[in-house]
Amino acid sequence: MTTYILRRLIQGVVVLLAVSMICFIIFRYLGDPVLTMAGKYATQQEIEEVRRAFGLDQPTHVQYGRFIWNALHGNFGKSYVSRVPALGLILERFPATFELAFTAMLIALTLGVGLGVLVSLNPSSWPSRLVMAGSLGGISIPTFLTGVLLIMIFGVYMGILPPFGRGETVQIGFWRTGLLTADGLKHLVLPATTLAMYQLAVLLRLTRAGMREVLAEEYIKTAWAKGLPPGKVIVKHALRNVLIPVVTMAGLQFGELIAFSIVTETIFQWPGMGNLLLQSIYETDQPVIVTYIMLAAFLIITINMVVDILYAVLNPKIRYD
Amino acid sequence: MTESRHLLEIQHLKTYFTTFEGVARAVDDVSFHLDRGEVLGVVGESGCGKSVTAQSIMRLIPEPPGKIVGGHIWFDGMDLTTLQPSAMRRIRGDRIAMIFQEPMTSLNPVYTIGDQIAEMFQLHRGMGRREAWRHAVAMLEKVQIPAPHKRASEYPHQLSGGMRQRAMIAMALACDPEILIADEPTTALDVTVQAQILDLMLQLKEDFQTAVMMITHDLGVIAEIAQRVVVMYAGKVVEQAATLPLFEDPKHPYTRGLLRSIPKLGERSKKGRLRLEEIPGMVPGLLDLPPGCRFEPRCPHSMAVCREREPELQDLGSGRLVRCFLYGT
Repeated sequence: MTTYILRRLIQGVVVLLAVSMICFIIFRYLGDPVLTMAGKYATQQEIEEVRRAFGLDQPTHVQYGRFIWNALHGNFGKSYVSRVPALGLILERFPATFELAFTAMLIALTLGVGLGVLVSLNPSSWPSRLVMAGSLGGISIPTFLTGVLLIMIFGVYMGILPPFGRGETVQIGFWRTGLLTADGLKHLVLPATTLAMYQLAVLLRLTRAGMREVLAEEYIKTAWAKGLPPGKVIVKHALRNVLIPVVTMAGLQFGELIAFSIVTETIFQWPGMGNLLLQSIYETDQPVIVTYIMLAAFLIITINMVVDILYAVLNPKIRYD
Repeated sequence: MTESRHLLEIQHLKTYFTTFEGVARAVDDVSFHLDRGEVLGVVGESGCGKSVTAQSIMRLIPEPPGKIVGGHIWFDGMDLTTLQPSAMRRIRGDRIAMIFQEPMTSLNPVYTIGDQIAEMFQLHRGMGRREAWRHAVAMLEKVQIPAPHKRASEYPHQLSGGMRQRAMIAMALACDPEILIADEPTTALDVTVQAQILDLMLQLKEDFQTAVMMITHDLGVIAEIAQRVVVMYAGKVVEQAATLPLFEDPKHPYTRGLLRSIPKLGERSKKGRLRLEEIPGMVPGLLDLPPGCRFEPRCPHSMAVCREREPELQDLGSGRLVRCFLYGT
């Protein structure tokens, strides 16, 4: 188990290094940062001064080393636009995105797995067929359409849910949360549902397929032959086996939701990281973009590592490899 | 008929499967009984309905497509075919236990052997986790698994096929059942391991005073452990007899064919070549059964009457039953 975790850690570090290299190249060679900083009307001498001041006259590997060193100290440079540290700018937005992604994942996981199990038990009943048809919709309708439709129905026609923003929030330490106020929760409903829709459909189909397969296994027959009640056979003996792929999938999805919920955040004017990224791309705010990519890579790698460990806990065959 | 003096009595059991192509009469009017402490062999080729009969007793027929459409299964004054699901659950595992053919896949891969056996004690004896675990380890010891303490906390994939089947037997016998239904328990195992498992089952049968219903297509297994034999063909019982008389003097042409198709050492045909006899033809599909005797198309003694109607099961005395026109109408 220790070697297993250690191996995963080393893999994670290697991937992060690769990402950092790409980030460095973007930073350094996509347009001349010196020109951006010194301004259009700087003289040649001023440009050289700036170049020296920021160490940009040194060889590439020295620059890359310094980039890594700074990154390790949480220093990704300042935003060109707002002139504050890029990392701080992003981290400030992190709680909003995290809460949105977390809520969406919670909806997708509970409803996806729950409905998946129910559908697998009565595959030919008409409610099951309806759910399965709906899940196809969930997979094929793009997020922006779902979002706009939900805003139209619940925000505009019915007027029962706020269509944009985060609503009232409470600051707890560095974390600004919208989960503790009724207004904040209300604002969360539509974007979280929008974001959850696709993931829900994927998890539902995965659970259903897994359950159908596992329910036909011999060990399920054994479980029935033991005299176990249906609940135990289905949850303890069948679902526990199905959860192995489902948890892996959900982990991947969660990383994706945190890092790339840009479309949903834009539609609902959610003050999260995705919205910030989009803005930074418009303004070619490279430090923010690079920091965002590094942070996203870090988050996804961390989540995947947690999933890998969880996978080993769930699947005894992996544990002893 | 109502209550039975036998431990288990199956009367005119009919289990049908509804498919797109029609109704498959997998078990069609099957009757036999099982007495306390005996080993009954149920023999037949694949698809003859022996497993479906066993699953009907356990009420494990997947429904739909399957359904018990007629007959009774008497056990301790209860008709299992009409029992409430909750009452049936109290019997399953506790009083009638079952082991399956594939030890590789009949154990849940994500739980330890000990947990899976302990579950029986928790479920039927209401024991706590620790006590159930202790009993599980004791059961592993009874099925002669070495180092049972260590094995109990291992997962199925860490055990060999023979060990897994031992674990399955430990699980089945955990609650000291009155009946053990073994559905081809040795088919998937190596020959040497087969013998060990059969020995173990015989020994445990004595220790636990359990009646065993041994389902197999292997007449060698029957000869070794069964006292009585029921021969099934295409959903029907074709012959029933005590083991020794059956082997010495098989009555039904199908039984004779089965016995002749067992390889014997040192036996040669007239041409001097070692040649194994087989029963010509194939088992009829359950969807298009012949109108008369179901074995008629493959039978060397086929007569006109065999094609017209189905023979009844006839009593030849001393517990011997046969379904064939060779022994009168």
